[in-house]
Amino acid sequence: MSHSEDHDHDHDHDHTAPPPELELRVKALESLLVEKGLVDPATLNEIIDTYEHRVGPRNGAQVVAKAWADEKFRQALLNDATGAVASLGFMGRQGEHLKVVENSDEVHNLVVCTLCSCYPWTVLGLPPAWYKSAPYRSRAVSEPRAVLAEFGTSLPDTTRVQVWDSTAELRYLVLPKRPAGTDSWSEAQLAELVTRNAMIGVELINPPEMDEANE
Amino acid sequence: MIGAHDLGGKQGFGRVLPVSNASERGVDPVESLFHAEWERRAFALTLATGMLGQWNIDESRHARENQASQRYLTSSYYETWLVGLQKLLHEKGMLEREELAALPFASSVEISASAPNSERSRSVTKAPTPAEAAALLARGGPTLLPDSRKPKYARGALVKVQPMTQAGHTRAPEYVHGASGVIHAVNGVHIYPDANAHRQDKDRVVGETLYTVSFARAALFPQRASCGGGTETASAKKTLNRESTNQEDRVIKESCEDRVFVDLWEPYLTHD
Repeated sequence: MSHSEDHDHDHDHDHTAPPPELELRVKALESLLVEKGLVDPATLNEIIDTYEHRVGPRNGAQVVAKAWADEKFRQALLNDATGAVASLGFMGRQGEHLKVVENSDEVHNLVVCTLCSCYPWTVLGLPPAWYKSAPYRSRAVSEPRAVLAEFGTSLPDTTRVQVWDSTAELRYLVLPKRPAGTDSWSEAQLAELVTRNAMIGVELINPPEMDEANE
Repeated sequence: MIGAHDLGGKQGFGRVLPVSNASERGVDPVESLFHAEWERRAFALTLATGMLGQWNIDESRHARENQASQRYLTSSYYETWLVGLQKLLHEKGMLEREELAALPFASSVEISASAPNSERSRSVTKAPTPAEAAALLARGGPTLLPDSRKPKYARGALVKVQPMTQAGHTRAPEYVHGASGVIHAVNGVHIYPDANAHRQDKDRVVGETLYTVSFARAALFPQRASCGGGTETASAKKTLNRESTNQEDRVIKESCEDRVFVDLWEPYLTHD
């Protein structure tokens, strides 16, 4: 597939230039709702700012790093994730009933919402586009290992894959395996290693690259 | 209803493509949360109007799902949100049909044919301020109810999912209809979406016990069982390739040990 000649052709996926009709319609709908006093434009900005800049996967990374570093917190997290995560200040919409599922050598967990796009907002923010896409939603339950392979993730036969389909208001966060070579790391350093995709379960967390050959 | 949104196990949607080929354009649409400004506004409008308390999350989901399948599958994510929002604003009597029809590029398809339910259109409280909205987001909307009824099934019980019979909203995905599973967790009594999406009385909340049910992936999707121990051989790869003729890269072996966990309410289940 060549994209070199020009960009005038129609793409049939999500990254086309925004259709002007939708841009115009949403603008008009917003004006109408503001005019009727149903919406405060400053509130719209507050909502966007919250989910674009304040609530995101760094929250989840902090939770994971703490679980790796603090055994008591890990136990609390596995017993009552909502409460444990709230103790770090993360709570609210789309995180009301949180469950943490832990990866090990025996088990690898993967989260999907086949019916829509349910996702633990309080710890991961809004879902990435691929999580909401038909290929991921259709295939994560039926052929999880093929899906994982598309993310470059392969697991041994001896590791059981557990797929969690978020059909209710329970929200799932994967606790990835702590990578080797991080024993002396601080929580803050560990948090830097944790990726959003690992907390959805589509990727593993790789051992850190050594800065110096003799380390 | 088994609508186009009920995607689990469906075939023909291709690869997940976590890495975009559009990085040449300086954007990464697969990774970014919003592709255009209108998506940000549609997202925020949906949350902000939801805070007026005129509809619940299940009505909101049903408004998005309850549309022609071909339209659902060809609409972008936030286009579907926008369609759902317009429907709800009309059904709850917050916007008149004429007002929606006057929007730029309004399509009659998107405006609900049903008349607004007059009982539902009650006076709306004032739009929340940014501080009030932040407090509402931080509070969320828990669905666990203070209800101590005894669950019908205990952890470890064998259950079967009922075949789907109803036309309205449900959260039992089609791929588990009729399937046998094991109760993995009992999660208390939660608001029941099948009732909540269609309730006529705002103050009457129906709850049912919510279970997490564990299924064998290979039993749900026998056509993609591809079990068998041992390492993957060249002949196994060939066999798999033959089985999936239109996707030559489908050489990944699935495992018969893998499990799928689905959260299901008590009325969806029977003893197996």
